[in-house]
Amino acid sequence: RAGSRMEAPQGRAATLAAACLSYSRGGPGRALALRALTAASAQVSSGAARPHLHPWAFSSPALDNIVNCTAEVLYHLGNTNVAPDVHFEIDGELKSTDEQDNMFYNQIRSLKEELVAQDIPDSHGNVPPEMEPIRALAQAAAGYVVWQNSTEDTRYHLAQIKHVRQVKRSDDYLEFDYMVLLHEFVSQHTLCFLPTGDWQMTVLWHPQHGVKVTQNSRQPKRAER
Amino acid sequence: MLQVKLFGHTVFCLEVVLFPSLLFRVLVNDVQGLIEKQTINDTVNPRSSSSYYENYHSMREIYFWMDEMVKTHSDFLQKIHIGSSYEKRPLYILKLSKSQENVKNAIWIDCGIHAREWISPAFCLWFIAHTVYLHERDKTMSTLLEHFDFYVMPVVNVDGYEYTWSDPSKRLWRKSRSSHDNSKCIGTDMNRNFDAQWCGEGASSYACHEIYCGPYPESEPEVRAVARFIRNHKDIIKAYITMHSYSQMVLFPYSYTTKRSKDHDELVNLAPGGSDDWAYDLGIKYSFTFELRDTGTYGFLLPPHEIKPTCVEALAAVKEIAKHILHNS
Repeated sequence: RAGSRMEAPQGRAATLAAACLSYSRGGPGRALALRALTAASAQVSSGAARPHLHPWAFSSPALDNIVNCTAEVLYHLGNTNVAPDVHFEIDGELKSTDEQDNMFYNQIRSLKEELVAQDIPDSHGNVPPEMEPIRALAQAAAGYVVWQNSTEDTRYHLAQIKHVRQVKRSDDYLEFDYMVLLHEFVSQHTLCFLPTGDWQMTVLWHPQHGVKVTQNSRQPKRAER
Repeated sequence: MLQVKLFGHTVFCLEVVLFPSLLFRVLVNDVQGLIEKQTINDTVNPRSSSSYYENYHSMREIYFWMDEMVKTHSDFLQKIHIGSSYEKRPLYILKLSKSQENVKNAIWIDCGIHAREWISPAFCLWFIAHTVYLHERDKTMSTLLEHFDFYVMPVVNVDGYEYTWSDPSKRLWRKSRSSHDNSKCIGTDMNRNFDAQWCGEGASSYACHEIYCGPYPESEPEVRAVARFIRNHKDIIKAYITMHSYSQMVLFPYSYTTKRSKDHDELVNLAPGGSDDWAYDLGIKYSFTFELRDTGTYGFLLPPHEIKPTCVEALAAVKEIAKHILHNS
């Protein structure tokens, strides 16, 4: 029936868990996106004035590229400075991306000039195929920013890469300086109205060591006129 | 005291997309080139070809499209001017009717209340084209048209929509473009501006917020025009459908109360001043908010190749609703 599922607290918790998963297992060769929430239950410790949440379930499409996950999300109520605790499990194994990762790594290393790009996707939603790994890497890195900044009332999505610039390094890592737009989900039927914002993130990546966000900060909001 | 909330066993599935690393032939730093590409896409397709409806179109192009459609299909389509926007752009409804003479019950569909939800106007264009070109082959639609007229408003927030096309940095603008009481911030959330528990919890009275309800109900000329038209036709309008994005779901009234509405036993979150609640209060029993694709992977920047599947599924849902009303009234 009518769905406020993804908008409900369960949906926000699942989005957060997917962000964490994306940070730990995503990279230029693999993007992970929350496809559907299949079941959820919630317990609230005493003293927290929140409604009891009922578990529910719905069927999800059986596709090759869908993996099932289970997660526990622990919010520290009233303390927004502490990132939620997220524990997750993946049902089965993800396909290896070694080949794609190494190819991407070697290509970026062989570029004569540092990579610079902007507006991914563009206004119409187009992502040039050669930019998919750059977007997938941003998605993994944004997972970290989302995780660090989530509360039980937020639901962030990476909306767009405003700008990305490769930074030259003397070691083996690839470094990218991203300016991304994180969208705080405002639906027609929601109580949240935190503004969408630009975030800067410095991202290191190496095929053997994965994604690291070494720095991230919300950019001051310009008055929108 | 530390309060914690535990979501035990949140079970979900992830879609995994693998990307082969492609050669970096062209780096996307040519914004001007991109804008030109968009402009070409906007006008190159003849308006009767199906690929036209698998792209997004500017306000200017949508005005041309309306003119041309009405000119070419004058027996079936009628353009109704219902007012002007804050920036004085005309507001049009297209009436789809198999026989213009006799008065029939009607279904209202509006799109583009929020500027950045480009898939929404794309649906209205799709719906009109489908109905105009294919109603004879589409048996269900053909039957529906025996009993219903459709009033379709392709873009409600014409100023905001135009604004999102003006520059890539404006693409995610949501509200109208009006200015009230010398506020430093522009725009009212049109879906908080209808006269249904106006500016209650779930809306904001602060002009800089994304869900600003405006200085008073129907302060936005676009909302006023829509409300007036529907009020004047409330005896024949049997369903009110409003198209938004994103999250892929359908919402029912009442969203402004936690009491159960008498026609539905499912509750949704709060959005006072929403157009669907307002329509429901007016006596339009079937009142729906569609949230079109996707669930957040692209969000408002939905790729053009998703327009077709989105419109196909939303069209099917609209037809289901219409069929249901037909059999239950």
